[in-house]
Amino acid sequence: MTGLDEERLARLISALPPAPEAWVLAAQELPQARAELDEIVARAEADAEFRSRLAADLEAALAADGHEPTPALVHLLRVRFKSK
Amino acid sequence: MASTLSDSELVARCREGDQQAWADLVERFSRYVYAISVQAFRLSEADAEDVFQEVFARAYEHLDALRDDAAVRPWLAQLTRRLCIDRLRSAARERPTGEEQLDLAGSDETLTMLEEALTVHEALAESPEHCREILDRFFARDESYRTIGEALALPAGTIASRISRCLARLRELLEGRTETDPPSSSG
Repeated sequence: MTGLDEERLARLISALPPAPEAWVLAAQELPQARAELDEIVARAEADAEFRSRLAADLEAALAADGHEPTPALVHLLRVRFKSK
Repeated sequence: MASTLSDSELVARCREGDQQAWADLVERFSRYVYAISVQAFRLSEADAEDVFQEVFARAYEHLDALRDDAAVRPWLAQLTRRLCIDRLRSAARERPTGEEQLDLAGSDETLTMLEEALTVHEALAESPEHCREILDRFFARDESYRTIGEALALPAGTIASRISRCLARLRELLEGRTETDPPSSSG
């Protein structure tokens, strides 16, 4: 990069503030969440009662079933169910 | 500590199932993805959060489809832009006034500036830790001299001069870079 003055450099550093920490953590947890996802989806497909509990309150149903409702897992499930 | 692996090395490790590499990749590009949705496309925080998670979820799912590992940066940028546009189109359908926002969204100028900003952050990540920390806190995190002084155990009176020295050093580092230099870490 050329033609940089320090004022412009400062503006460019300011242009990328950190993303909210919780968002970053959720995205970082994706590999673990992905592993749980298929198991939960398979169970929801086979068990109508579990499926309706998930639809009513996703986080509570996950917790009751022994899954930690991490932001990544909740997000992936919402996307998966929305696409069905 | 941010990863010092190149983008392509990081992608290769993610593909091998290295979870730490994935966490580093998210860390490296999180600010860029966030800034595209909030600054270039002016999405609300709620929409930006959905786009942010969707970008990384799709990236994780489709990493194998990336033809050139070194191209992860433009790939993520394109994915983010596409999802932002989808989000705005969907809002415009629900609420006709959204069209105006759609026309203005994602100006090329802002996107170019953000790309440049990412390059600067990559160089910042290669800077000595005391410079990286103080410049990031002051400019990107918008912390006051007082907060920085307390966090880094520095007298407030020395902060301005350190910022100035570190900016000069960063400038030298960037001017010494060539187009072929591999991208390094950011975050």
